[in-house]
Amino acid sequence: MAMPRTSAWRQAGFFLCVLALVACSRPASAPSGERGGGPAYGDTLVEASIGDISGLIPNITSDSASHEVGSLIYSNLIRTDKDLRPEGELAERWEISPDEMTLTFYLRKGAKWHDGEEVTAADVDFTYRYMIDPKTPTAYAEPFRQIEHAEVVDRYTYRVRYREPYAPALLSWGLWILPQHILEAPWKAGIDLRTTQQNRFPIGSGPYRFKEWKTGEKIVLEANPDYFEGRPYLNRVVYRIIPDQSTIFLELKAQNIDMSTLTPTQYRRQTDYPAFLKAFNRYKYLANAYSYLGFNLRDPRFQDKRVRQAIAYAINKQEIIDGVLLGLGRPAVGPYKPGTWWYDPNVKTYPFDPEKAKQLLAEAGWKDRNADGILTKDGQPFSFTIRTNQGNQVRQDTAEIIQRRLRAVGIDVKIHVVEWAAFLNTFIRKRDFEAIVLGWGLGLDPDQFEVWNSKMTGPDELNHIGYQNPAVDTLLEEGRRTFDIEKRKKIYARFQEILAEDQPVVFLYVPDALPVVASRVKGIEPAPAGIAYNFIKWYVPKSLQRYTR
Amino acid sequence: MSVYFIRRLLISIPLLFGILLLSFVMLKLAPGEPSVVQQDLQTRATGAQRETLRQLYGLDKPIYVQFGRWLWRVVRLDFGRSYSPDGRLALDKIKERIPITLGLNLLELVVTLGIAIPLGILSATRQYSVFDKAMTLFVFIGFATPDFWLALLCMIAFGVQLGWLPISGLRSLNYEYLPFWTQVWDFCSHLILPVAVASFGGLAYLSRLMRGSLLEVVRQDFIRTARAKGLPEHDVIYRHGVRNAVIPVVTLLGMMLPGLLGGSVFIETVFAIPGMGQLFVQSAFSRDEPVLMALVIIGAGLSLLGNILADVSYGIVDPRIRVSGSGRS
Repeated sequence: MAMPRTSAWRQAGFFLCVLALVACSRPASAPSGERGGGPAYGDTLVEASIGDISGLIPNITSDSASHEVGSLIYSNLIRTDKDLRPEGELAERWEISPDEMTLTFYLRKGAKWHDGEEVTAADVDFTYRYMIDPKTPTAYAEPFRQIEHAEVVDRYTYRVRYREPYAPALLSWGLWILPQHILEAPWKAGIDLRTTQQNRFPIGSGPYRFKEWKTGEKIVLEANPDYFEGRPYLNRVVYRIIPDQSTIFLELKAQNIDMSTLTPTQYRRQTDYPAFLKAFNRYKYLANAYSYLGFNLRDPRFQDKRVRQAIAYAINKQEIIDGVLLGLGRPAVGPYKPGTWWYDPNVKTYPFDPEKAKQLLAEAGWKDRNADGILTKDGQPFSFTIRTNQGNQVRQDTAEIIQRRLRAVGIDVKIHVVEWAAFLNTFIRKRDFEAIVLGWGLGLDPDQFEVWNSKMTGPDELNHIGYQNPAVDTLLEEGRRTFDIEKRKKIYARFQEILAEDQPVVFLYVPDALPVVASRVKGIEPAPAGIAYNFIKWYVPKSLQRYTR
Repeated sequence: MSVYFIRRLLISIPLLFGILLLSFVMLKLAPGEPSVVQQDLQTRATGAQRETLRQLYGLDKPIYVQFGRWLWRVVRLDFGRSYSPDGRLALDKIKERIPITLGLNLLELVVTLGIAIPLGILSATRQYSVFDKAMTLFVFIGFATPDFWLALLCMIAFGVQLGWLPISGLRSLNYEYLPFWTQVWDFCSHLILPVAVASFGGLAYLSRLMRGSLLEVVRQDFIRTARAKGLPEHDVIYRHGVRNAVIPVVTLLGMMLPGLLGGSVFIETVFAIPGMGQLFVQSAFSRDEPVLMALVIIGAGLSLLGNILADVSYGIVDPRIRVSGSGRS
């Protein structure tokens, strides 16, 4: 699935490096050997979060900070390994029926909740029933609504049957499993689970136990010695809530924070000195997101494919990457991240070529008829407004560079920067925009039905540009009904081919994720999944441990 | 006096109502919806789910119905639950932050007064001297310096470069394990930068007020009389001059009442102090109406109370000011 990037307020956290995929990954200064000794228990890892978490039942929150903390407290049925392949966590193994409509999970025995109860199929079943309850305020219920029938076969076996084959089904069980023995009773009694103790002092089954949450100040987790995959090395994880980016950065420089993400400017210009590079390892790999210039395809001017292609030719993507990301990113050619198995590099590209752009615009009937440098057609000058959200300087700068490049081919662009809530409600939801600069975060599956299918154009749906292409609709349907990877690969290759030809949006760039971790922390192995996938294996050698209590 | 006080109190009721009505309407007129309904763009939440949530919070009703319901709850002192996913009582969220902001602001006030009043006195007694001019320059630099910028400079200098003081937060991470006196020092050291930065900006106003007020007083007849009867200059200034000159400063404190609980958005954000200012900003960002309106009530209530107290205290400290209905009693 695709999730758009939320406002700068939220996205600035560590989320990117939790989910981030990798194309080229290499610690900028490679940790050398095992200085200071081998793996040892102990020490504390301090992280910063720009916002307080909103609750500790992550299934009903939507902010990245809550998800990150929740992911250490709870465990999932399924997760993805370092190469983004599904692997079992609470599920020991699973079976997909020959008709591809039934999934059977076999739970591992002996996994315990933090209060000592065993994790069983009843917990999975409770989580499922809670997710599909219309009263549950969750944004993640949709995959579970595709289920026709769910049953607890025995204490360790759980079976779900889908209405039709649904390829994203397996990964959708990468869901935080909730404790049935604690939550069933209040839920049955009609109590809003957000007001229960679980949301404040949670009992999970993950590698870390909840210790304390001081509102607005910090969250403290402690290693769970009984975690079914073994006790994590790092004794404690502390999230300090620091609502200001500059302060986080200063705390990082003063080494009071062990892990954070850098902005391109910080990476290029403010951390490139020996003391910092000695204290920290910086990592760099492609983030799990892309930015785009979207057109409102209900606007007759943008319905002409040649106009969209012309704009793609008129924009210099590398210039944007160099200018706003200081070179830390890659040009995007489609809605997927390079390096994933479904990514197809062999699609039509639009190298920077203003002449070609002018030629295409002329073919579409846009000509400069009064020598003022602005193209006109039917007496109307070609002029439109790009809207983007406030608080994201990168997007505003991108819009300005586009403005200048389009002016050079005779298109007059205005820029309107709007506060996030107003941007969504007044402009996106009501489809009141001509063009937008926005970004999407990417999921772990190529399914992007919600973003590109012509049926998903309702006010609350994600195809806000109004893209309609029957061929794409069919491919998207087929893609989510097909389990076979080779077949899916072909389907999504064709899909990318059509998008590249159609240019319903101009795909701009995939930015780099730039996490940074204190160099005393060892065991970090960047992989396609980023760095956080083996968090419980991170350690600080005894002699380098900093926090003894 | 008490009649006057009660009358002022009664007049504030319609005033408070007006403030609340305006705030409520403005909140509703602002584009966007509470983020609980909006779910950002993270929509796998369908339109129907949104509608359910709107109904749950009564956001589908006309605005006057919403206001009426809200007011009725507030009259019974029920400020409702926060819309944010923690679903906590709005009052609980505010209560846990009051001591932090109140403590910080009181400290800031004491420091500001402690420096501004002597500074004002010294400037007044040495009017037009080099000291007076230097201090004028100094306090106006403080007045003109944006506090978030100064805060960052101080953090870089004392926190990162010199490493003398903690950069942000209220306590060190190992606070619980420290011996008592180290805990005290730990807590105080965390307060030095925010209090210093916040006070610097407030110096100009109070010290200039003090200076001006004292200069005014020393020109008056009773000071001349005091000097004429041979009192030492020190006694003239401090026993007669300062006491009278400090009156406007004291009455001004009433006006500062709402500020004590309001919290500084900049200071609390930059120094990561979980106070009222932060809560206000966060609630505004997420359109957390119950918390936001509860904060508005507190702010408006304290402003009105502060005004009344200022007026009343004028009457108390300065007998020349008579309020109708009390002078004859």
